[in-house]
Amino acid sequence: MPGIRFRLNGVETDVDADPDRSLLDVLRGQLGMTGPHFGCGANECGACNVIVGDRAVAACDTPLWSVADKDITTIEGLGSAQKPHPLQRAFIAEQALQCGYCVSGILMSAAALLMRNPSPTGEEVRGALDRNLCRCGSHNRMVRAVLRAAAEMATQ
Amino acid sequence: MTKPASSPSAPKLPVSLAANPVLSSWVRFSADGHVTVSPGKVEIGQGIVTALAQIAADELDVDIGRVQMVRATTAGSPNEGVTSGSLSVQQSGRAIRQACAEIRQIFLGVAADRLGVDIDALEIKDGTIAGPGNIRTSYWELAGDVSLDREAMPGAVPKRSTQRTLAGNSVQRVDIPDKVFAHRRFIHDQPLPGMLHGRVLRSELSAARLVDLPEDGARAIAGLVAIVRDGNFAGVVSETEDGAEAALKALRKSATWSAGATLPDESALADWLKAQPAEHVIIDNKTASGTVAKTRTMRRQYSRPYLAHASIAPSCAMAQWTQDRVRVWTHSQGVYFLRADLALVLKLPLENITVEHMEGAGCYGHNGADDVALDAVLLAKAAGGRPVRVQWSRQDEMSQAPFGAAMAIEIEADLDAQGEIIDWRHSIWSNGHTARPGRAAQPALLAATELANPHPRYIATNPPQANGGGADRNSIPHYDFPSWRIECHRLLTMPIRTSALRTLGAQGNVFAIESFLDELATERGEDPVAFRLRHLSDRRAQDVIRAAARRANWKPDKRTGVGYGLGFARYKNTGAYCAVVAEVEGAEDISVKRLTIAIDVGEAINPDGVVNQIEGGAIQATSWVLKERVRFDKERITSNTWSAYPILRFSEVPEVQVELIARPDMEPLGAGEAAHGPVTAAIANAVFDALGVRVRNLPITRDGLIAAMELAT
Repeated sequence: MPGIRFRLNGVETDVDADPDRSLLDVLRGQLGMTGPHFGCGANECGACNVIVGDRAVAACDTPLWSVADKDITTIEGLGSAQKPHPLQRAFIAEQALQCGYCVSGILMSAAALLMRNPSPTGEEVRGALDRNLCRCGSHNRMVRAVLRAAAEMATQ
Repeated sequence: MTKPASSPSAPKLPVSLAANPVLSSWVRFSADGHVTVSPGKVEIGQGIVTALAQIAADELDVDIGRVQMVRATTAGSPNEGVTSGSLSVQQSGRAIRQACAEIRQIFLGVAADRLGVDIDALEIKDGTIAGPGNIRTSYWELAGDVSLDREAMPGAVPKRSTQRTLAGNSVQRVDIPDKVFAHRRFIHDQPLPGMLHGRVLRSELSAARLVDLPEDGARAIAGLVAIVRDGNFAGVVSETEDGAEAALKALRKSATWSAGATLPDESALADWLKAQPAEHVIIDNKTASGTVAKTRTMRRQYSRPYLAHASIAPSCAMAQWTQDRVRVWTHSQGVYFLRADLALVLKLPLENITVEHMEGAGCYGHNGADDVALDAVLLAKAAGGRPVRVQWSRQDEMSQAPFGAAMAIEIEADLDAQGEIIDWRHSIWSNGHTARPGRAAQPALLAATELANPHPRYIATNPPQANGGGADRNSIPHYDFPSWRIECHRLLTMPIRTSALRTLGAQGNVFAIESFLDELATERGEDPVAFRLRHLSDRRAQDVIRAAARRANWKPDKRTGVGYGLGFARYKNTGAYCAVVAEVEGAEDISVKRLTIAIDVGEAINPDGVVNQIEGGAIQATSWVLKERVRFDKERITSNTWSAYPILRFSEVPEVQVELIARPDMEPLGAGEAAHGPVTAAIANAVFDALGVRVRNLPITRDGLIAAMELAT
């Protein structure tokens, strides 16, 4: 079986796997990348969101074949403790989570939004995150954090 | 060691410290400049680990960066029971504060001896103990010579609130950076060396028997390690996670199940609850001193549906056997309780089982965490000593885990000629609100009921009022009514499995009481805020109601389609005070625009943490009220996806404003569950204000509104 090639967090990656397998399985299993979280397996919660190209998609519902030659960014590629993305800084500053299980997907939805729309309104942020579920009720803090990150990015 | 005779005036140790008195089980210093703090309570997304670290750092005078928090394990942590009931700061916090105060004194005493100065001449700064003339030592230097393997003695005096520098401040949570940088913190993300993956086969049909299970299909899947079958319990173990999924799928396809047990009629739940065999308990009786003539009686019935925990992560656990010993990793709320139940099922002595906590996603009560731990233990038996990780499916998470119990509540009030309340009666019909593991002679774990030698399903009970009550939680009015009688009918049948969900019965009872009061006030033409204040002699209760009303500009002018409502409760009648003003809008579909909340939790260790918990509780309660209801047909739970069990989305979340009333010198009261009841009632009352419709059966969906309108006409 020929491998499927894509760029994962900027790194050329070649995966030898069934092309119908979900991207989430491959990321978490074969590639050991546990940032994207399994929540429902049915594209209903957003916990596994990653960015493909410039769109946030549910990795659980994305077959491997569909990402051939694409650019994929996961939470691991967004930033690090040493070099945080403004969104990550803002989520810490706003203490914008409780359990944090949904957060890796929410950060990716927010990052995709800011790529398309660098200065969204609160309503636009809510719209962009509307397919991400949060059960702890940290929504308003997360919206504030995204707006804070957008403001910070605008001054850079 | 002799202990002073206890008398009412003698200082006593906090409950958790008295139960686990050895100081070194709570705190240890290491020579490299760290202090490890080992609470028995666990992080379930509420930020408790940070609050406890603040308390320890404050009392010991060390930088919070030096504090390393240890996850609870039966291999050595203090046994603090279960992390529930908004009690972690009260129990663990007090124990750590007291233990650290004593430890600080012990070290000061040793340092004074070493340095040859008076103890009062010493001060501690970030762990360095210094005195006049630049003499100094430190916790770390003395750590090797000071044994904390000794029992705590009552009498050490913790710092006064004004002397604390961390507790009372909004310190950033210690776990948040890991979570935004996707460092492996969740149990779901922890690989163990040689780990296998397991999945359990369960029928959608309630309590169905596994009649036939041909294994050929599953055996053909690559990576299969074992198929486990024990009565109605069946599962697979595979080298890989998708191998386990594929084998499970094959097994599901071939399995034959019996018919399911009959479930109640979802459309007539209150009638069903009231018709079941039940244990009747008088919760409280208050007799009036005088007699006032009753003019009439008003009676109303309220209900709430079964509610799902619906955590974003499905339950997950890992287990590994070494001969007849098993090690378990779990996101259970109580590692010792889980161990007790595992011992019952496995018929093993406790010391053969080690249960360690690892963080899961947000936990709102007794969910599937304990069940999946037994699943992992059973599957790991077939793994030849390798660890097995088991993760539930979304469907199982939404249908197999225990639910918050449905409730029917009837309130009756005798009124005098002026419409004043002279007698109050409150009756509850509900399954018990707790079936937690580790409490009884029989296990409460799901797979225990499925084995070839099954244990019966544990019928949920209610904790006693002294512990906050269960179905009856918050059913005793906090108001000064002259007389009342509160009774609870706990169902003795349990076709739908129930256990502890955030607030237990308090959400239902507060909804009922506060809705009923709103009706009474409306009938009298009296302002609901004034009406409540008139019936409350508790000053702290009055303060939160006044604060919420003031902040919400109570009561804004009437606008079409917009309504305002008030809700109040003191959680468990002994915990946090919370008052809420809700602003709602809409006609067919209600949207909650704003929740204005005043809260008094006594001492707030981490004010922003408290606000975060209150905001989260308020939003979750809004979701319960507007959207949530476990759905089922005659033999199965049907709301087993997010489409079938929708929760509140970003675009539907109200603005939440929280005013925290500072009480640094009062006992801490916990925050996690204070908002749910008052928010529920405030929304229902606001809906009446907006539309003139009393919704007495939750949730307040479009269908619920229509049914309420039909009932009114």
